[in-house]
Amino acid sequence: MNLWLWLLVAVVLAYATKLLGYLVPAKVLANPRMSRVAGTLTIGLLASLTVVNAAASGTAVVLDARAGALVAAAVALWLKAPFLVVVIVGGLAAAGLRLLGWP
Amino acid sequence: MRLRDSPAAKIGASIAIATGLYGISFGALSVASGLDFWQTMALSLLLFSGGSQFAFIGVVAGGGTGLAAMSASALLGIRNGVYGMQLNALMRPTGWRRFAAAQVTIDESTATATGQSDPAEQRRGFWVAGLGIYLLWNVFTAAGAFLGDALGDPKQWGLDGAAVAAFLGLLWPRIRAFQPAAIAAVCAVVTLLAVPFVAPGVPILVAALVAGLIGWFRRGGTPGHAPGHVGDGMEPDIEPYRHAANRGGESDGLAAGKPAGGAGGAQ
Repeated sequence: MNLWLWLLVAVVLAYATKLLGYLVPAKVLANPRMSRVAGTLTIGLLASLTVVNAAASGTAVVLDARAGALVAAAVALWLKAPFLVVVIVGGLAAAGLRLLGWP
Repeated sequence: MRLRDSPAAKIGASIAIATGLYGISFGALSVASGLDFWQTMALSLLLFSGGSQFAFIGVVAGGGTGLAAMSASALLGIRNGVYGMQLNALMRPTGWRRFAAAQVTIDESTATATGQSDPAEQRRGFWVAGLGIYLLWNVFTAAGAFLGDALGDPKQWGLDGAAVAAFLGLLWPRIRAFQPAAIAAVCAVVTLLAVPFVAPGVPILVAALVAGLIGWFRRGGTPGHAPGHVGDGMEPDIEPYRHAANRGGESDGLAAGKPAGGAGGAQ
Protein backbone atom coordinates (compact mmCIF):
# COMPACT_ATOMS: atom_id res chain seq x y z
CA MET A 1 0.00 0.00 0.00
CA ASN A 2 2.92 2.26 0.80
CA LEU A 3 4.22 1.73 -2.72
CA TRP A 4 0.85 2.77 -4.15
CA LEU A 5 1.10 6.03 -2.23
CA TRP A 6 4.53 6.93 -3.63
CA LEU A 7 3.46 5.78 -7.07
CA LEU A 8 0.53 8.19 -7.00
CA VAL A 9 2.77 11.01 -5.77
CA ALA A 10 5.07 10.27 -8.71
CA VAL A 11 2.07 10.39 -11.05
CA VAL A 12 0.93 13.77 -9.71
CA LEU A 13 4.43 15.26 -9.89
CA ALA A 14 4.97 13.97 -13.43
CA TYR A 15 1.76 15.58 -14.67
CA ALA A 16 2.35 18.77 -12.72
CA THR A 17 5.82 19.08 -14.28
CA LYS A 18 4.45 18.63 -17.78
CA LEU A 19 1.58 21.06 -17.20
CA LEU A 20 3.84 23.64 -15.59
CA GLY A 21 5.67 23.88 -18.90
CA TYR A 22 2.44 25.05 -20.54
CA LEU A 23 1.58 27.47 -17.75
CA VAL A 24 4.82 29.31 -17.03
CA PRO A 25 5.49 32.49 -19.03
CA ALA A 26 7.71 32.09 -22.07
CA LYS A 27 10.31 34.27 -20.37
CA VAL A 28 11.43 31.32 -18.27
CA LEU A 29 12.33 29.58 -21.50
CA ALA A 30 14.99 32.21 -22.04
CA ASN A 31 16.86 30.82 -19.04
CA PRO A 32 19.43 28.39 -20.44
CA ARG A 33 20.36 27.14 -16.98
CA MET A 34 16.95 25.51 -16.57
CA SER A 35 17.31 23.57 -19.80
CA ARG A 36 20.90 22.66 -18.97
CA VAL A 37 20.07 21.27 -15.54
CA ALA A 38 17.18 19.27 -16.99
CA GLY A 39 19.61 17.86 -19.56
CA THR A 40 22.42 16.90 -17.20
CA LEU A 41 19.89 15.46 -14.74
CA THR A 42 18.52 13.20 -17.44
CA ILE A 43 21.97 11.94 -18.38
CA GLY A 44 23.12 11.54 -14.77
CA LEU A 45 20.01 9.67 -13.67
CA LEU A 46 20.04 7.29 -16.60
CA ALA A 47 23.75 6.58 -16.13
CA SER A 48 23.20 5.98 -12.43
CA LEU A 49 20.18 3.74 -13.01
CA THR A 50 22.18 1.72 -15.53
CA VAL A 51 24.99 1.14 -13.05
CA VAL A 52 22.74 0.38 -10.09
CA ASN A 53 20.78 -2.18 -12.07
CA ALA A 54 23.98 -3.70 -13.44
CA ALA A 55 26.16 -3.90 -10.35
CA ALA A 56 24.32 -3.15 -7.10
CA SER A 57 22.93 -5.87 -4.90
CA GLY A 58 21.48 -4.18 -1.86
CA THR A 59 24.40 -2.17 -0.53
CA ALA A 60 27.08 -4.31 -2.18
CA VAL A 61 28.73 -3.87 -5.56
CA VAL A 62 28.79 -7.24 -7.29
CA LEU A 63 29.96 -8.60 -10.62
CA ASP A 64 27.38 -11.06 -11.89
CA ALA A 65 25.53 -11.99 -15.06
CA ARG A 66 24.07 -8.49 -15.24
CA ALA A 67 27.53 -7.11 -16.08
CA GLY A 68 27.53 -9.44 -19.07
CA ALA A 69 24.12 -8.07 -20.02
CA LEU A 70 25.55 -4.54 -19.87
CA VAL A 71 28.39 -5.43 -22.23
CA ALA A 72 26.08 -7.28 -24.61
CA ALA A 73 23.65 -4.34 -24.67
CA ALA A 74 26.50 -1.91 -25.38
CA VAL A 75 27.60 -4.03 -28.33
CA ALA A 76 24.02 -4.16 -29.64
CA LEU A 77 23.71 -0.38 -29.33
CA TRP A 78 27.07 0.06 -31.03
CA LEU A 79 25.67 -1.97 -33.93
CA LYS A 80 22.66 0.39 -33.99
CA ALA A 81 20.15 -2.25 -32.94
CA PRO A 82 16.66 -0.93 -32.16
CA PHE A 83 15.68 -0.50 -28.51
CA LEU A 84 13.59 -3.66 -28.22
CA VAL A 85 16.38 -5.78 -29.70
CA VAL A 86 18.84 -4.26 -27.22
CA VAL A 87 16.56 -5.20 -24.32
CA ILE A 88 16.18 -8.76 -25.59
CA VAL A 89 19.94 -9.10 -26.12
CA GLY A 90 20.52 -7.96 -22.51
CA GLY A 91 18.04 -10.52 -21.23
CA LEU A 92 19.49 -13.33 -23.32
CA ALA A 93 23.02 -12.49 -22.19
CA ALA A 94 22.08 -12.62 -18.50
CA ALA A 95 20.04 -15.80 -18.89
CA GLY A 96 22.79 -17.42 -20.97
CA LEU A 97 25.55 -16.58 -18.52
CA ARG A 98 23.47 -18.04 -15.68
CA LEU A 99 23.02 -21.24 -17.66
CA LEU A 100 26.80 -21.37 -17.88
CA GLY A 101 27.02 -21.08 -14.12
CA TRP A 102 27.74 -17.39 -13.57
CA PRO A 103 25.57 -16.07 -10.71
CA MET B 1 -4.77 18.96 -45.57
CA ARG B 2 -6.13 15.59 -44.63
CA LEU B 3 -4.30 13.76 -41.92
CA ARG B 4 -3.20 10.93 -44.19
CA ASP B 5 -1.50 13.38 -46.53
CA SER B 6 0.46 15.05 -43.74
CA PRO B 7 4.17 14.17 -43.59
CA ALA B 8 4.27 14.99 -39.87
CA ALA B 9 1.32 12.70 -39.17
CA LYS B 10 3.02 9.86 -41.05
CA ILE B 11 6.20 10.33 -39.05
CA GLY B 12 4.16 10.56 -35.87
CA ALA B 13 2.41 7.30 -36.69
CA SER B 14 5.63 5.40 -37.41
CA ILE B 15 7.17 6.72 -34.20
CA ALA B 16 4.03 5.71 -32.31
CA ILE B 17 4.28 2.13 -33.54
CA ALA B 18 8.00 1.79 -32.82
CA THR B 19 7.75 3.35 -29.37
CA GLY B 20 4.46 1.74 -28.42
CA LEU B 21 5.92 -1.69 -29.10
CA TYR B 22 8.58 -1.34 -26.46
CA GLY B 23 5.90 -0.82 -23.87
CA ILE B 24 6.04 -4.61 -23.77
CA SER B 25 9.50 -4.45 -22.21
CA PHE B 26 8.31 -1.96 -19.62
CA GLY B 27 5.33 -4.14 -18.68
CA ALA B 28 7.41 -7.28 -18.31
CA LEU B 29 10.21 -5.57 -16.35
CA SER B 30 7.74 -3.77 -14.10
CA VAL B 31 6.11 -6.95 -12.82
CA ALA B 32 9.55 -8.54 -12.57
CA SER B 33 10.61 -5.67 -10.31
CA GLY B 34 7.77 -6.48 -7.93
CA LEU B 35 4.98 -4.12 -8.96
CA ASP B 36 1.61 -5.73 -9.52
CA PHE B 37 -0.42 -5.52 -12.73
CA TRP B 38 -2.43 -2.44 -11.75
CA GLN B 39 0.57 -0.56 -10.40
CA THR B 40 2.26 -1.22 -13.72
CA MET B 41 -0.78 0.01 -15.63
CA ALA B 42 -1.13 3.07 -13.40
CA LEU B 43 2.40 4.10 -14.37
CA SER B 44 1.68 3.77 -18.09
CA LEU B 45 -1.84 5.24 -18.01
CA LEU B 46 -1.25 8.09 -15.58
CA LEU B 47 2.46 8.85 -15.34
CA PHE B 48 3.14 8.15 -19.04
CA SER B 49 6.80 9.03 -19.51
CA GLY B 50 9.04 6.11 -20.41
CA GLY B 51 12.19 7.29 -18.65
CA SER B 52 10.39 8.13 -15.41
CA GLN B 53 8.49 4.85 -15.48
CA PHE B 54 11.68 2.84 -15.95
CA ALA B 55 13.33 4.90 -13.21
CA PHE B 56 10.53 4.10 -10.76
CA ILE B 57 10.70 0.36 -11.33
CA GLY B 58 14.50 0.43 -11.52
CA VAL B 59 14.74 1.80 -7.99
CA VAL B 60 12.12 -0.62 -6.68
CA ALA B 61 13.91 -3.55 -8.33
CA GLY B 62 17.12 -2.58 -6.54
CA GLY B 63 15.39 -2.63 -3.16
CA GLY B 64 14.93 1.13 -2.91
CA THR B 65 12.05 2.74 -1.04
CA GLY B 66 8.93 4.15 -2.64
CA LEU B 67 10.19 7.61 -1.72
CA ALA B 68 13.48 7.06 -3.58
CA ALA B 69 11.60 5.62 -6.57
CA MET B 70 9.27 8.61 -6.64
CA SER B 71 12.18 11.05 -6.39
CA ALA B 72 14.15 9.47 -9.24
CA SER B 73 11.02 9.40 -11.38
CA ALA B 74 10.15 13.05 -10.65
CA LEU B 75 13.69 14.29 -11.33
CA LEU B 76 13.85 12.44 -14.63
CA GLY B 77 10.52 14.04 -15.56
CA ILE B 78 11.84 17.59 -15.29
CA ARG B 79 12.83 17.57 -18.95
CA ASN B 80 9.15 17.14 -19.83
CA GLY B 81 8.53 20.54 -18.25
CA VAL B 82 11.12 22.05 -20.59
CA TYR B 83 9.50 20.27 -23.53
CA GLY B 84 6.15 21.70 -22.38
CA MET B 85 7.52 25.23 -22.56
CA GLN B 86 8.86 24.63 -26.06
CA LEU B 87 5.62 23.08 -27.27
CA ASN B 88 3.54 25.82 -25.70
CA ALA B 89 5.56 28.40 -27.59
CA LEU B 90 5.08 26.45 -30.84
CA MET B 91 1.46 25.34 -30.62
CA ARG B 92 -0.24 27.65 -28.12
CA PRO B 93 -2.91 25.13 -27.14
CA THR B 94 -5.89 26.60 -25.29
CA GLY B 95 -8.64 25.33 -23.00
CA TRP B 96 -8.86 21.59 -22.42
CA ARG B 97 -6.34 20.91 -25.17
CA ARG B 98 -3.64 22.33 -22.97
CA PHE B 99 -4.34 19.73 -20.30
CA ALA B 100 -4.46 16.90 -22.81
CA ALA B 101 -1.28 18.13 -24.53
CA ALA B 102 0.53 18.15 -21.18
CA GLN B 103 -0.21 14.47 -20.60
CA VAL B 104 1.25 13.40 -23.95
CA THR B 105 4.27 15.72 -23.72
CA ILE B 106 7.16 13.25 -23.93
CA ASP B 107 10.43 12.84 -25.85
CA GLU B 108 8.85 11.39 -28.97
CA SER B 109 5.91 13.79 -29.43
CA THR B 110 8.23 16.75 -28.80
CA ALA B 111 10.77 15.53 -31.34
CA THR B 112 8.07 14.95 -33.96
CA ALA B 113 6.62 18.45 -33.47
CA THR B 114 9.87 20.40 -33.27
CA GLY B 115 11.21 18.75 -36.41
CA GLN B 116 8.55 20.52 -38.46
CA SER B 117 8.55 24.19 -39.43
CA ASP B 118 4.90 24.68 -40.41
CA PRO B 119 2.73 25.29 -37.29
CA ALA B 120 -0.14 23.14 -38.59
CA GLU B 121 2.27 20.31 -39.28
CA GLN B 122 3.82 20.70 -35.85
CA ARG B 123 0.39 20.26 -34.31
CA ARG B 124 -0.46 17.23 -36.43
CA GLY B 125 2.87 15.57 -35.68
CA PHE B 126 2.57 16.22 -31.97
CA TRP B 127 -0.96 14.85 -31.60
CA VAL B 128 -0.52 11.83 -33.84
CA ALA B 129 2.70 10.83 -32.09
CA GLY B 130 1.46 11.69 -28.59
CA LEU B 131 -1.96 10.04 -28.78
CA GLY B 132 -0.69 7.13 -30.87
CA ILE B 133 2.06 6.33 -28.40
CA TYR B 134 -0.33 6.74 -25.48
CA LEU B 135 -2.68 4.14 -26.93
CA LEU B 136 -0.07 1.61 -28.05
CA TRP B 137 2.22 2.08 -25.03
CA ASN B 138 -0.64 1.13 -22.74
CA VAL B 139 -1.80 -1.82 -24.83
CA PHE B 140 1.74 -3.20 -24.94
CA THR B 141 2.40 -2.46 -21.28
CA ALA B 142 -0.59 -4.66 -20.44
CA ALA B 143 0.68 -7.39 -22.79
CA GLY B 144 4.15 -7.18 -21.23
CA ALA B 145 2.76 -7.35 -17.70
CA PHE B 146 0.85 -10.52 -18.54
CA LEU B 147 3.95 -11.95 -20.18
CA GLY B 148 6.12 -11.08 -17.18
CA ASP B 149 3.66 -12.74 -14.82
CA ALA B 150 3.59 -15.86 -16.97
CA LEU B 151 7.39 -16.12 -17.13
CA GLY B 152 7.76 -16.72 -13.41
CA ASP B 153 11.27 -16.37 -11.99
CA PRO B 154 12.58 -13.13 -13.55
CA LYS B 155 16.24 -14.00 -13.01
CA GLN B 156 16.04 -17.28 -14.86
CA TRP B 157 14.83 -15.42 -17.93
CA GLY B 158 17.46 -12.73 -17.56
CA LEU B 159 14.91 -10.00 -16.97
CA ASP B 160 17.30 -8.20 -14.63
CA GLY B 161 19.80 -8.15 -17.50
CA ALA B 162 17.06 -6.86 -19.81
CA ALA B 163 16.47 -3.97 -17.38
CA VAL B 164 20.16 -3.06 -17.49
CA ALA B 165 19.99 -3.08 -21.29
CA ALA B 166 16.87 -0.90 -21.21
CA PHE B 167 18.56 1.78 -19.13
CA LEU B 168 21.65 1.75 -21.31
CA GLY B 169 19.37 1.98 -24.35
CA LEU B 170 17.68 5.08 -22.91
CA LEU B 171 21.02 6.67 -22.06
CA TRP B 172 22.91 5.81 -25.25
CA PRO B 173 21.35 8.29 -27.73
CA ARG B 174 22.06 11.15 -25.30
CA ILE B 175 25.79 10.63 -25.00
CA ARG B 176 26.95 11.24 -28.54
CA ALA B 177 29.17 14.15 -27.61
CA PHE B 178 32.10 14.24 -25.21
CA GLN B 179 30.55 16.37 -22.47
CA PRO B 180 27.42 14.30 -21.93
CA ALA B 181 29.54 11.14 -22.01
CA ALA B 182 31.79 12.62 -19.33
CA ILE B 183 28.79 13.55 -17.19
CA ALA B 184 27.44 10.01 -17.55
CA ALA B 185 30.81 8.56 -16.53
CA VAL B 186 31.11 10.83 -13.48
CA CYS B 187 27.59 9.94 -12.33
CA ALA B 188 28.23 6.24 -12.87
CA VAL B 189 31.37 6.40 -10.69
CA VAL B 190 29.61 8.47 -8.02
CA THR B 191 26.85 5.86 -7.95
CA LEU B 192 29.27 2.97 -7.49
CA LEU B 193 31.09 4.82 -4.71
CA ALA B 194 27.83 5.60 -2.92
CA VAL B 195 26.29 2.12 -3.09
CA PRO B 196 28.07 0.62 -0.02
CA PHE B 197 27.39 3.63 2.19
CA VAL B 198 23.73 4.53 1.78
CA ALA B 199 20.39 2.73 1.52
CA PRO B 200 19.39 1.18 -1.82
CA GLY B 201 17.93 3.76 -4.19
CA VAL B 202 19.76 6.66 -2.57
CA PRO B 203 22.91 6.38 -4.77
CA ILE B 204 20.71 7.33 -7.73
CA LEU B 205 19.66 10.50 -5.96
CA VAL B 206 23.27 11.30 -5.04
CA ALA B 207 24.16 10.98 -8.72
CA ALA B 208 21.20 13.21 -9.60
CA LEU B 209 22.48 15.86 -7.20
CA VAL B 210 25.93 15.73 -8.80
CA ALA B 211 24.41 15.91 -12.28
CA GLY B 212 22.24 18.86 -11.28
CA LEU B 213 25.23 20.72 -9.87
CA ILE B 214 27.23 20.08 -13.03
CA GLY B 215 24.36 21.48 -15.10
CA TRP B 216 24.00 24.48 -12.81
CA PHE B 217 27.65 25.46 -12.86
CA ARG B 218 28.64 24.29 -16.32
CA ARG B 219 29.71 27.22 -18.41
CA GLY B 220 29.91 27.98 -22.06
CA GLY B 221 29.03 25.80 -24.99
CA THR B 222 25.39 26.06 -24.05
CA PRO B 223 23.31 24.87 -26.93
CA GLY B 224 19.98 26.44 -27.82
CA HIS B 225 16.89 25.36 -26.02
CA ALA B 226 15.22 23.38 -28.72
CA PRO B 227 15.59 19.65 -28.34
CA GLY B 228 17.95 18.31 -30.91
CA HIS B 229 20.97 20.35 -30.01
CA VAL B 230 23.77 17.93 -29.45
CA GLY B 231 25.52 17.91 -26.14
CA ASP B 232 22.77 19.16 -23.91
CA GLY B 233 21.22 15.88 -22.94
CA MET B 234 17.97 17.49 -23.98
CA GLU B 235 17.75 15.72 -27.26
CA PRO B 236 14.68 13.55 -27.14
CA ASP B 237 15.82 9.96 -27.13
CA ILE B 238 14.64 9.38 -30.65
CA GLU B 239 15.38 10.75 -34.07
CA PRO B 240 12.09 10.74 -35.96
CA TYR B 241 13.34 12.44 -39.07
CA ARG B 242 16.36 10.22 -39.47
CA HIS B 243 13.95 7.34 -39.05
CA ALA B 244 11.93 8.71 -41.95
CA ALA B 245 14.99 9.21 -44.09
CA ASN B 246 15.88 5.57 -43.59
CA ARG B 247 12.52 4.57 -44.92
CA GLY B 248 13.12 6.56 -48.05
CA GLY B 249 10.74 9.00 -49.66
CA GLU B 250 8.87 11.62 -47.69
CA SER B 251 11.64 14.09 -48.12
CA ASP B 252 9.33 17.01 -48.83
CA GLY B 253 8.41 19.01 -45.81
CA LEU B 254 11.05 17.30 -43.77
CA ALA B 255 13.84 19.63 -44.68
CA ALA B 256 13.27 21.31 -41.34
CA GLY B 257 14.24 18.08 -39.66
CA LYS B 258 17.04 18.27 -37.17
CA PRO B 259 20.51 17.27 -38.23
CA ALA B 260 20.66 13.55 -37.86
CA GLY B 261 22.37 12.89 -34.61
CA GLY B 262 23.93 9.51 -35.15
CA ALA B 263 23.35 6.29 -33.30
CA GLY B 264 19.95 4.70 -33.48
CA GLY B 265 17.52 6.17 -31.03
CA ALA B 266 15.67 4.26 -28.40
CA GLN B 267 12.84 3.31 -30.68
